[in-house]
Order: sequence, then C-alpha cells, then structure tokens
Amino acid sequence: MVISSPLESASSLTQTPIINDFAFTVATQNGSGSQTSNNVLVKTLFDMGIPVNGKNLFPSNIKGLPTWYTIRASKFGYTARRYQTEIVVAYNPDTAAEDIAKLPENGVCILPADWNWTHSRTDITYYEVPVKDLMAKTDIPSDFKKRVENMTYVGAVAQLFSIPLDMIYTALLANFNGKAKAADMNMQVIRLAYEYFEANVEKRDPYRFEPMDETRGKILITGNEAGALGSIFGGVNLVAWYPITPSTSLVDAVISFKHLRTDPETGKSTLAVVQAEDELAAAGMILGAGWTGARAMTATSGPGISLMSEFSGLAYFAEIPCVIWDITRMGPSTGLPTRTSQGDLLFIHFLGHGDTRQIVLMPGTCEEAFEFGWRSFDIADRMQAPVFVASDLDLGMNNWMAEPFQYPTEPIQRGKVLDEEGLRSFIEQHGKWGRYMDVDGDGVGYRTLPGTDHPMAAYFTRGTGHNPMATYSERSDDWIENMQRLHRKIETARALLEKEIPPVVDVSAGAEVGIITFGTNEPAIDEARDYLASRGIQTDYLRVRALPLPSAVTEFIQSHQRVYVVENNFDGQLCQIISLEHKQSLEHVTSLALGDGLPMTAHWVVEQIVAREGK
Amino acid sequence: MGRTAKTNKIGLTREEYKGSKSTLCPGCGHDSISNQIISTAYEMGIEQHRIVKLSGIGCSSKTPAYFLGRSHGFNSLHGRMPSVATGALMGNPELHAIAVSGDGDTGSIGLGQFKHVIRRNVPFVYVIENNGVYGLTKGQFSATADEGQYLKYYGKNHMPPIDLCLEAIIAGATFVARSFSGDAKQVQSLLQAALRHHGTAVIDIISPCVTFNNDPSSTKSYPYGKEHQIALHEIQVLAPDYVEGKEEITIPEYDEGEVIEVDMHDGTVVMLKRLAQDHDPRNRLQAISALEQAQRDNLFITGLIYYEEPRQTLAETENLLHASFARLPDRLNRPSEQALADVIKNFM
Ligand SMILES: Cc1ncc(C[n+]2csc(CCOP(=O)(O)OP(=O)(O)O)c2C)c(N)n1
Ligand code: SF4
Ligand SMILES: [Mg+2]
Repeated sequence: MVISSPLESASSLTQTPIINDFAFTVATQNGSGSQTSNNVLVKTLFDMGIPVNGKNLFPSNIKGLPTWYTIRASKFGYTARRYQTEIVVAYNPDTAAEDIAKLPENGVCILPADWNWTHSRTDITYYEVPVKDLMAKTDIPSDFKKRVENMTYVGAVAQLFSIPLDMIYTALLANFNGKAKAADMNMQVIRLAYEYFEANVEKRDPYRFEPMDETRGKILITGNEAGALGSIFGGVNLVAWYPITPSTSLVDAVISFKHLRTDPETGKSTLAVVQAEDELAAAGMILGAGWTGARAMTATSGPGISLMSEFSGLAYFAEIPCVIWDITRMGPSTGLPTRTSQGDLLFIHFLGHGDTRQIVLMPGTCEEAFEFGWRSFDIADRMQAPVFVASDLDLGMNNWMAEPFQYPTEPIQRGKVLDEEGLRSFIEQHGKWGRYMDVDGDGVGYRTLPGTDHPMAAYFTRGTGHNPMATYSERSDDWIENMQRLHRKIETARALLEKEIPPVVDVSAGAEVGIITFGTNEPAIDEARDYLASRGIQTDYLRVRALPLPSAVTEFIQSHQRVYVVENNFDGQLCQIISLEHKQSLEHVTSLALGDGLPMTAHWVVEQIVAREGK
Repeated sequence: MGRTAKTNKIGLTREEYKGSKSTLCPGCGHDSISNQIISTAYEMGIEQHRIVKLSGIGCSSKTPAYFLGRSHGFNSLHGRMPSVATGALMGNPELHAIAVSGDGDTGSIGLGQFKHVIRRNVPFVYVIENNGVYGLTKGQFSATADEGQYLKYYGKNHMPPIDLCLEAIIAGATFVARSFSGDAKQVQSLLQAALRHHGTAVIDIISPCVTFNNDPSSTKSYPYGKEHQIALHEIQVLAPDYVEGKEEITIPEYDEGEVIEVDMHDGTVVMLKRLAQDHDPRNRLQAISALEQAQRDNLFITGLIYYEEPRQTLAETENLLHASFARLPDRLNRPSEQALADVIKNFM
C-alpha cells in the first residue's frame, strides 16, 4: 500500500492552482556550485514568508558524483522530507532518467535543452532550459561560466513558479555577504533565463508560489550553526576537534563566531579552537581543560566517537566535565558518511568499557541545538561528567526555520567547585575534604581546581580505583562504594534532566495510541499524526530529549494501549534503552526503526502505523 | 626540642614537596627521578599550587603521585598524556606543568601525541623515564630497546631503537636533553632549566628497570649507565635574579672557550662547561649529528643536547587570555544579550 502524505494527495490531475504546497528535487553533480543556487531559492521562499525547508542529499565526494537537494514549501508549516516531489530540476544526465521516472503524475521536469532528450512521459510537463545559448549571451569570463550555469534553473524556476526577481537578488547578496560583484554575475544568468521563459515558454502546470506571512521574525539556520552559537554563549573555552563530516561545519561555525569572545580590554580571546591530530587527542584535550575547570567541547561523528571511547570512560570515572557533540552519520565504520542516522544512541549512552552510563542530550530542532549548546556545559559541570549531544546530519547540515534563540536564562553554573575559601569552610564543617566524598548524598562530590592556593586543595585524578579521598585503592569495598555513588549520581542526573530538559509531550488527544521518538523525526511524525487523525487514528506523542531516560516515558507507556517507538536507526536503539529501563510489561510497545540514511518522511510513519492499526 | 627542619625561600621543608609513598620496585630508576623533581622544586622554592603533574600509564606514569603532594595530578591514559597536558594548559594558561611518561608511553602508543605536542609548543616539562622495556606489563621490549638485545620471554630484539631525543628535535622541540637517573646532579640542573623554558622541554632520562632490564649488557641498565655515561658538559643554571658575587658559581675554574652560556627566554643563563667533547646545543645540525654519531658508536651522551630560542606557545598562537577561565567573571565567558541579537539578525 502506498500512502500519500496529506499534501502529496494534493497534486491531483486537475489544473486548480496548487499554491505554496509542493516540493522540488534539484539533481546536479556534486561540486558544480548548485549549493549556492539551492540556498538562494530556499532563502527567497523564506523571505517571501512561505514555510520552507531545504535538505541536501549529497554524496561522499568532492566533485562529480550525483547530489540531490530537496526544497519543500508548505503553507501548513510541514518541514519533513517528502516521499515524492512534484518537481524535478534534472540537471545531472547521469541520474535524470531515474529522477524523471520518480515524478508523480502531473509532475514537472525542468531540464537542459542541450541534451535533446525525448519527452518519454506523457503525464508530466517538461520545460527545457537552453543552458548553452543562455550562457553564450553572458559576458561572464569563461573560467567562471561553469560555476554559474546552475543559475539558469533558478531563473526558470523563478519565472515558472512566480518568485520575484528582486527578492532573489536580495538573497543572492546575503549569500555572498553583500559582495555585489559576485551577486551581479549570478543575477545576470538568472535574469537571462527568466526573460527567456517569460518570452518563449507557456506555463502548463498548476504549481505556484504566493507571498505569505508565516516566517516573519523567524530565522533560517543549520543545527550546527545553532549548536556552535549555543556553545559560544555557554562559555566554551576550548574546542578541540578533528575534521569529519557532518560535524565539521559546527566547528567552522564556532570559528566564525569566535570574535564574540574577544575581551575588548586586552584584545585577547577566552576561546581557543585547536585542530588536534586525531579524535583521541581531541578528547584528551577537552578532558585536560575540563579538569582545570575550563569549558571544553569537541564535535565529531561515529568514527571519531569510537576513538574517544577510552577517554569517555575515563571522564565518566574520573568525573571530568566536558561536552562531546556527535553529529551522527550512517555507520558502522565509514558507512554512508554523508547520510543521516540516529545509529549512535546506544553506543554513546554506554560509551566506555566497564560499567558506564553517559548523559546524552538529543536536540530535535535548531532552538534546542542552541539551548543544549550552552546548557550542556552547565549540566557537565554540575554533574562532573561528560555530556554527549546526539544531533545528526539532517539537523546539523540542513537549513531549518527557527524562532530567534533565547538568551541563556541562567548565569553560568559551575557546580560544586571549592575555591580557597570554600575549601576552608568545607574542612571546618566536615573535618576534612576528599574529592569523592558524597556529603550531599546526591553522588556528586566537591572538586577543587588546579591553581587553588590552599595546602589541602590538591588531589590526584586517576582512572584507577580510588576511595572518597581520591587515593589509589584496589579494595573491593572501595570499588563497590564508588560505583554505588556513581549510580546515585546517574539518578541525580536523571532528575535534573527531567526537570530542565523534560520530554516534549502531547497527550491532548487522550488517545489509545502513543508515539515515542527522539531528535529529528519530529517533523515527519507531526505531519503523520495530522494525517492519521484525518483517517481516524488519534495519537499521543512523547519526544525524549535526554538520557538517562526520564520517568515520564514509563508513565506514557503505562497510559497507552499501543505504543510505537519511532526512530531512524536499524536496530531500534531507543526502544532497546526503554526495554532496559522500563520494568513493566512492554508487550504493547512496538519498535518502528528505519535507518535508510535519509531524513524520515511522514509517508513512512503513516505506512508503518496504518499497517499495524489496521485502518 | 626537635631540630627545626631546613626550609626554602617560601618557608617549606623538603618533606613538604614529597608525595605519597612509592609503590615501585625498590631501586627502580624512576624513584630517583621523583627524588630529583622533589629536590629541584624545593631548591627553586616552587609554589606547588601553580604546578600540575600529568602522566600517561606505566610504572613511570605512576610517579607523579610520589612527588609534589600539593600539586594537582592527573594520571591519564596510556600514551595520551600530551593531549591532556595541552588541554590543561589551554584551560588555564597560568599553570605550569611537569609531565612524566615512559618509553612505551611515548615511543610506541604515544609517539603521535609526543610529536604533535612538541609541534604545538605547549609549555611544559616532558620527562621520559626511559628503561627500554614495558615495566608495568612485565618486561616486553619497548621501541627504545637495543637492537640485538635478549630478554628471557621475548627472545631477541631485531628492530633498531627509536631515539626519542632525535624525534623531539625533528618534531620541532626547542629544549631537548638526555640524562641518566643515576646522575642526580645533572638531572636536577636539567630540570631547573627545563622548568624555566618557554615551550615543550623534553628530557629523556635513562632510568633502569631493576626488575626486567638491568643486565649490564643492556644500555638501559645501572651498571652500563654508570660506566658509559658521557656527560657532554657540566651544567649550572643561573636564575634571572642571579646576583654576581652573592651566589656561588659552582662550575670550577675554566679556560676561555670552555664554557658556553645559553641565554634563556626569561633571563635565565645556562652555563655549560665542556667536558667530553665540544657541543654547542644551539646548533640544530650539530645536535642531530651528535645523536646520530652516538647511536652509531653506541655512546651514551648526556646533557643539554639542543636548545633554541622558543617560538610562540600554543596559547600565544591562539591569542588566549592569560587567565584561569573557570575563575573569570561571566561577562568574559558569555557574550551579551545584544551580541546574540546582532548575530541572529544575520539569519533573519
Ligand atoms: C590502551 C592501553 N593499552 C595497553 C595498556 C597496558 N599497559 C600499561 S603500561 C604499559 C607499558 C608501559 O611501558 P612504559 O611506558 O615504558 O612504562 P614503564 O612501565 O616501563 O615505566 C602497557 C602496554 C594500557 N594501560 N592501555
Ligand atoms: S618493573 Fe621496572 S620500571 Fe616498574 S617499578 Fe619495577 S623496576 Fe621500576
Ligand atoms: Mg618503560
């Protein structure tokens, strides 16, 4: 059974205009400069006030392999990837046949006229762009020509679907940071194509854009940029990293915002970005910095996480705050390095040998990427533990609409740190101080920082067995006592996270069916829930945003008759974590795990749930 | 009434520079190096809270627990001390660091980090306690073991040794020394100079493992070291506040041309009196060829092998504020609400 998502059924055979409710696929060759064209289209639609989302489905290659970019405009505000798009810009001869075959009835294909292709499908509309002729008319130097050729489809799209040229120019200028020369060169091509279509081509399809007022006050940003900004406002002092897609752009963004951390008085910075020799060293550096009380983070993806596992265990056991972003891609191993995935959840939650249980934050939106960007440091410092942020390629590298970020609501919280005075009064009160003494009963000790000028301040940090006084111990009772304390600390973290990063819950339907998910699946599930409701299947919803698992999950499972755990990995990893922690019967809980490398579609969610709900 | 113990210029006794009791084998070379660190810090009147101690994993890496008990210490991961040291000194550039590693820790699993920390010129003292074996895992060959050497369980070593001083120079180190744990005086002088260096200061100290590699035929043994050590020079370190006439120059009478004075970044002068052979540590090619020659002729040369006016440290390259970041007011670690609003405008 093939199910259209609510809006996919809209592309009917009639010629009633379809406005602000369709999607494009732009198929080009990697490295051909199409990123600029696509960004400009997305930005222009956004500026027109139309809810929009752009997704880059790119190969692991610098130049030549096929790449697809999907742009979805939705007057309903849906941002999930579409299962099928009505329009294809087929600019890559290697994939064009397949791209065209994928079009629905009544679809539109825009392709270069120079190919002289036969129009084999009679149920779609073809528009041909005379790319060569148009380019010949420009005065662009030949070494630039190849790079701006893609602008011909921007002009065609603008004319066919009613995008004002002046708004395109504004977006172009913004894209080139105000550099008129570059914008003008591109604009020349766009204009030529636009004028050609205006003069020679008759519009034969129902799709059209119209200005709306749905994006006012919003921003358009990638999750990696949002995370980077959040970290900058979280007070990060050291970013140590090793390049890996799809995390690289997070560090690139940190570098681009680094000037915000220059002390105007001295001209010196309170933030360093160090490109390490590998992820092992990157992890070592953030532990070293975290140990001194500074705020340190790294950003990486699966292969880098693997290299960080020994240090992650050390940070957990020696109780050193640090923040590790995993912009998840498809693994194991190199896997599909440019495809999105939620496949590292189990790995990072338990990262480290021995008995470890790591704190994981799971942003699903750019607002959350920003918030977790700063909050992760407070949590790491307060819990004296590494904090993982499990984002993914879809959130990290694609452009999303978001509300302007909210400035951190609390001052920087450094947790239980004793300075000279603090240490004096601690000793006065407790007779002595030991790094791992649990005087508050919450599993979190008091730490001193190197540099503290007090004869009792020093302690020795180690990954080997230790007792509350931080002295070396191989005694079994010391070991067990320490593990029990760490367990208390995990429970403290669970309660803290449940309070500060509670799950997103919608039980307004009071439904029998509940959906649990995490991260970037929300847009697909939102849309699917609307569609399911229209077919008489009401659903409630819970999105987990942090691990250890909140107790709200247990309540949610208990209060629903059928629960689906929807996630974008192959093994149903969140569902596995639920089955570890949820002590009651799980017979009514079903794992719906995808993991095909692409952002989830509403179509898939609907298909899965309808098949099981039998409606 | 007991005798009042002798104290240094900040009023501490030598005892107060000790750490917890060593658990190494009695006679282990590493323990004597710990003792030299204690003596040096005591003599220099170092404030221990300004120092951090770091190490990797190994018998050698255990030793930071045994000296400078009032300094924070971090016994990290096997071969990964350099990255942790880098982070610590970037997290608080006001700190100074003494790090201890082994020949396995540095020469095998940690060779990459060793070279990269040097390349970044992170300012700290990097002591390698080099015994030619893996002590803690019970006596396997390390990468500095002699070619042709024989060990009971592992047979003959067919691989040539890695010279860690050479590796350091080639990686861009600006302070490279070699010593012998049996030569307390030289180890102390080198530590003193290294502690004043404005960059990574590498001291490769041959430090016999009495349990697994102390046969007189091994170049890492006590008997061999005692018999074959060739000190290139006698070393005296004159602090920047050295006052002529008031302090004794211990280097005995010398003829002109016999002494090289190395001026360090902070005004410290290292006086090197020629002993075995002419060696000018300020000459990179000479340093490399001296090490090459020593390796070829199987000579155990010690002293300040290479010194160069240090380049910028990593924190300087990064234009980092010289401060403990954890202690800064929030306004220096978190930009203003207006700054956020300004950035956000670019995404509208
Ligand atoms: C990742 C990892 N692999 C292996 C070990 C086991 N291990 C501990 S110490 C050591 C060798 C230490 O040799 P060296 O650095 O020369 O120190 P020494 O004991 O000789 O002073 C090894 C292999 C470890 N701790 N971690
Ligand atoms: S095994 Fe060797 S290196 Fe280790 S403590 Fe004993 S003597 Fe020292
Ligand atoms: Mg060794």
